[in-house]
Amino acid sequence: MTEHTDVQHAPEAHASTRTYLVIAAILTVITIVEVGVFYIPALHVILPPTLLILSATKFALVVGFYMHLKYDHNLFRAVFVAPLLIAVAVIVGLLFLFRVF
Amino acid sequence: MSHAAVAHHTSTGLDNRKVAFWTFIGSECLLFGSLIATYLVYQGRSISGPTTHEILNIPLTSVSTFDLLMSSLAMVLALAAVQRGDRVWARVWLATTAFLGAVFLGFQLYEFQHFVHEGLGFTTNLFGSTFFTLTGFHGAHVFVGVLWLTTLLVRSFQGKLGPQKALNVEIAGLYWHFVDVVWIVIFTVVYLIQTTPLPAA
Repeated sequence: MTEHTDVQHAPEAHASTRTYLVIAAILTVITIVEVGVFYIPALHVILPPTLLILSATKFALVVGFYMHLKYDHNLFRAVFVAPLLIAVAVIVGLLFLFRVF
Repeated sequence: MSHAAVAHHTSTGLDNRKVAFWTFIGSECLLFGSLIATYLVYQGRSISGPTTHEILNIPLTSVSTFDLLMSSLAMVLALAAVQRGDRVWARVWLATTAFLGAVFLGFQLYEFQHFVHEGLGFTTNLFGSTFFTLTGFHGAHVFVGVLWLTTLLVRSFQGKLGPQKALNVEIAGLYWHFVDVVWIVIFTVVYLIQTTPLPAA
């Protein structure tokens, strides 16, 4: 029989209000950069990788800080990251399968 | 600690509701991954217009994206207020989150209506079918989130959303932030990358 322990509640481990505001500012700046890059014709050659990196950064910031995954238990990370990786693999696999690349 | 009132024993030491909800969010990754993959596979294969370059409105969508990002900020501030037992600010931030979500839905309804007016319906071409399916599913998630937040707001006004119920708000927040990150991907993949003007032939 598995040994039972008390349920973990750790709101005190979450980020501070100041951190939330800083993250919001960073998200805003990245979004402005994304849209700005879109309108610069000289950057269109490197647009897809640039936008994907910026988008992944925003994704990681929201998941890490606003969803508290950075501070939470590893089990939560596992049940989120594993399907996320499968989803990315499905997208990449289908793009190759249908010769989009 | 106020959470002791609702604490119970589990084999993982973690609250089962939170584990279950993260698992649900994992399944949602697969749902939206499939929808995004379908959109990408069929992009550029429409044999009739309108297509992305002709119809997507980047300035408008940039504003709605900013709106949704700020709703995520309001959501974490609402959770922080509930956790410290600040009922007034909990209500303010929950109402702000729900309002910003409703504004996002307004943008999306305007966009859909504009597309239909321009001749792009669900069955017009492959772009229309995959675009409306992907963004429609996301919009439906936002709608559910707004209803959920409104319910929490009502519970707060009833005096039933104290610190001991913070996990309820945290789980609603997880849902809301996930809806936000899905839009972060959609905005990049569907709007910014796919609408990049093609080089002149």
